[in-house]
Formats: sequence, structure tokens, C-alpha cells
Amino acid sequence: MSATVDAQGLSCPQPVLMTLDKIKKGSDKEIVVLVDSNTSKENVSRAAQSQGWEIADVQENEEGYRLTIKKD
Amino acid sequence: MPPGDLERVLCGLKFPTDPNLIVGLDSADDAGVYKITDEIAIIQTVDFFTPIVDDPYWFGQIAAANALSDVYAMGGIPKTAMNIVAFPVKDMDISVLRKIIQGGLDKMKEAGVVLVGGHSVEDSELKYGLSVTGFIHPDHILTKKGFKAGDRLVLTKSLGTGVINTAIKGGLASSKAIEFVTHLMATLNRDAAQVMKGFPVHACTDITGFGLIGHVAEMVVDSGFGISLWSEKIPIIPEAFDYAAMGLVPAGAYNNRKFREAMVDIYPSVKRAVLDIMYDPQTSGGLLICVKKESADDLVNKLKGKGIDDAAVIGEVLSEPKGKIVVS
Repeated sequence: MSATVDAQGLSCPQPVLMTLDKIKKGSDKEIVVLVDSNTSKENVSRAAQSQGWEIADVQENEEGYRLTIKKD
Repeated sequence: MPPGDLERVLCGLKFPTDPNLIVGLDSADDAGVYKITDEIAIIQTVDFFTPIVDDPYWFGQIAAANALSDVYAMGGIPKTAMNIVAFPVKDMDISVLRKIIQGGLDKMKEAGVVLVGGHSVEDSELKYGLSVTGFIHPDHILTKKGFKAGDRLVLTKSLGTGVINTAIKGGLASSKAIEFVTHLMATLNRDAAQVMKGFPVHACTDITGFGLIGHVAEMVVDSGFGISLWSEKIPIIPEAFDYAAMGLVPAGAYNNRKFREAMVDIYPSVKRAVLDIMYDPQTSGGLLICVKKESADDLVNKLKGKGIDDAAVIGEVLSEPKGKIVVS
């Protein structure tokens, strides 16, 4: 079970800040981030990559996007 | 409004014509120009927005510098202005508005502009700006067209105000970055405009909400030329690169990219954060000056001599590919 960051309904930079917080806690190797705009999807991807994480999966659905980010 | 939306609103509407209207709505330029006599034309422009910095006095200065910029970009001299104010009277102390207007007044004084009036409304969201009128000789108007292959592009302010403002919203911006961007946005484009008058300048615009690439796109469309932008030469506000790389890119930058990416060719070597900054919407951005190739370095040196330290040659006009922006 991956950790989840639910940033739906929030505008930037909030989804980025929540993702960075979760990453910096350091207890997870995989995090699922839920966002509802292209801006948030793009920015969360940049945030994860800037911390050395990779974007393992991006799924688009009716509510927005579901990103799975991973750290080796 | 996001790029494209306004075009859809205005598309097909019939606007009155007048032989003395030299620059009007059809040319997507920075301001309108109307000829009074063979020697004098008036330039008119209006701009207002919601606060982008916490300090009301600085916000007033920035809003005024931003509104005045369109006149400078066309080669004119601003002379009169009117305040535009929307203020939440019930929720906010009136002293805040006083500081904003004081900031605007000080910037107008610096520009040699006289305030002749204004209009205020009660609104849930604070907004401030100016309607500005300036003068120009009808034969000396600078627009976004008129450049030639080989011309160099000179930018007079660093990019990244939108990224820094996003970092400020997130509480992540350093005090150094905040101070830099606040002063940069409040800086008039007057000195840059004065310096360029002594050079063979073929076109000019200012960089604002559509970002560098969005404004270059307006130049390129229907021009018969292409424009090359050199990503490594672009002046960037300290720390904006790092903030963009960590995902503090405003929605406006993505909107700008979506609207224009079909006409942009990007070399694989271009860093993503720099590209994001090239789409970043600017508040009170610098002038983008198209100058004859041989004069470009001299222009930059003269700008630096006037204290415009960020000035740089950032690209050139290409004969091919027509209608394209090439980012290398």
C-alpha cells in the first residue's frame, strides 16, 4: 500500500508543498499523488524529479490525474 | 484572460475605423495610437491587477510601472494617467489603499506623469492600475513588426517574476529573491526606452502576461520571419531557475505553453526549467528590442551604463523557418 497525497481541489503551489512534505518525511519509497489540474500534474512531476524521484505512472481520470512517484 | 480567450471574444466584432487610428485593435500591439496632427499622435493604454506583493506601497509602484510600460514599448512618452481602483471597503483598512495610491503617485512622479483623475468601485477583491496617455511622433512609432532577418533581440529585465510569485505564495521564496523581484517589477522601462532611441531599432514590445515566448510569438505571426531564442543567454532572476525546477511554475505559464507550443521548435539541450521560465507570465517585465545586428552589443553596453544590468542579447531574427520560434 503506497502513501497517498490527496491534493485535489487545491491550487498551486499547495500540491507541490504537500508532495515535498511527504517526500521529506522519508518513510515512503512510493507515493500516489492525486491532483485535478494539468498545472498540478506538471508541477508535482517537477517537484518529485527535483528530489531524485521518478514518475512511475500517470493516469488521467474524470477527477484529474493520479501520479505514482517512486524512489529507488 | 488566458491567451486565446480574448481573441474568441473579439473575433467577428466590427470596430469603428478612423483614418487617424494608426495602431488599433487589429494589430495586437501594446497600446493604441491615434494621430492628432502630422507631428503628434497620442498613445493610450490601460492595465490593472490584483496585488502581487504584500506591501501596498510597493504594489502601487509596480502597478504603475507596469501600466506605463506599454507607452515606453512603443517609443512614446507617457504624460497623463488616471487611477483605476477596486477596493473591499468593508473588509480592509482604507490606509492600505492610501499607501497603494502613494506608491502609484511616486512612480508617476518619477516618470514625469501627472495624475488627472480616476475611478473607484467597491469590490470583494482589491485591484489597482492606471489608464495612461502618452505622446509620440506619428513617424516614430515602434510596433511588434518591422524587423528584418539578422536583427538581434535585446531583453532589458530578467525573467521569472511569475515563478517567484508562486514561490512567495508557497512561503518558499528567500528574502533576497523577494527583494530582487519587487525592485525589478517596480523599475520603469523609461531608461531602457530612452537608450534605444539612439539606435537602429526596428521593433519593440514589453514582456508581460504571455511570457517571453508568447510575446515573441505575437511578433513572429504573419511577419514572414522566424525568431531564434538562445536559452543560455536569457537573464533569469536569482533562484527562479531552482524554484521552476522544483515545480513552482504558475498555471499561466502552462496556459502560455499550450497556446503557442505548436509554433515552437526546441533543441533537446534546452533545460526544462529555462523553458518554463520562457513561458512564465511576467509582471512589469522588460522591453524586448529588435535592433540591427551590428548595434546589438553597443546597445547592451549603453543599457548597462544606465544601470540596466540585466540587459542581454537573447536571440535573432531568422529568414527561415518562417512563423516559427526556435529555442536553442
